[in-house]
Amino acid sequence: MSFNLKEYYSNLSKGDVILAYKGSITSELINDILEAVEKKLEEADADSKLRKKIYNVLVESLQNLFHHIEMAHEGIQEELDPKFGILVIIKDGEFYKVTTGNFVNAKRIKFLKEKIDKINTLSKDELKDMYKFILNHQKLSAKGGGGLGLVDIARKSGNKLEYDFYQYNDDYYFFNLTISV
Amino acid sequence: MEPINIESTPKTPSIKFIQEESVIEIKGRSIPENSIEFYKPLVDWLEEYARDPLKKTVVNIQLEYFNTSSSKCILDVFKKLEAIHKSKHDVAINWYYEEDDEDMLEAGEDYESIIRIPFKMIEIVD
Repeated sequence: MSFNLKEYYSNLSKGDVILAYKGSITSELINDILEAVEKKLEEADADSKLRKKIYNVLVESLQNLFHHIEMAHEGIQEELDPKFGILVIIKDGEFYKVTTGNFVNAKRIKFLKEKIDKINTLSKDELKDMYKFILNHQKLSAKGGGGLGLVDIARKSGNKLEYDFYQYNDDYYFFNLTISV
Repeated sequence: MEPINIESTPKTPSIKFIQEESVIEIKGRSIPENSIEFYKPLVDWLEEYARDPLKKTVVNIQLEYFNTSSSKCILDVFKKLEAIHKSKHDVAINWYYEEDDEDMLEAGEDYESIIRIPFKMIEIVD
């Protein structure tokens, strides 16, 4: 059975939801989400160290989406806003879980999968070395991404990156990334 | 030369040059989507400043958050400062971080290990 966006989103938004959004990922939206989440975390009285980590992971996750999501999705039979993405933050026991979701062209999957698998094998010190290497040796891409986002997310969260690719059709997969902080 | 003076926004830090104290100050949050565009005026200003710098330049960096896109631009800023330091002018970087913010301390140490300028890590205690 192929991927069902509605079902996926409703399953994701279960439990103690801090924020759930689906639609266009724009610069203004990122501002609004950051502001809203910051307020909620303050109200929830989360420890300031944890709050900063969540905020950092959230900034990188949203900007990763912003820089990499595709403008339009040909052949996807859904009513999608341009630059469509999903963000859900839930509180699950001790953890805050930040999940992003977006359609990814089948051609990009291998690259993404290899990158995440590689990051997940690295220790704290190895992640630090990788971060420093990329920081010092790679130019910023025209999109503004520097290839550092996922490494930074792994460093700050201190946890493995959980991901899935759900096949939608021959050309597209839905990429789900969950970070526990 | 004209001192640089940029006001902060929710996504970008303030940047100031205080000539009488020989201090460049970067303060706030640095999380713009397009960091190259934001940092270009500072990088250009430093290039100009490097032609005839003060005998000593102190750089105070007090960032609450910065994104990975800014991290590369901040490195570019440090590289400009490193060039000034190499030309036998004193440059010192004060890297401020909030109490217990180990991530920000570590970020400062990452730069310190890449850039050949003396760094001082300063914890801000409430």
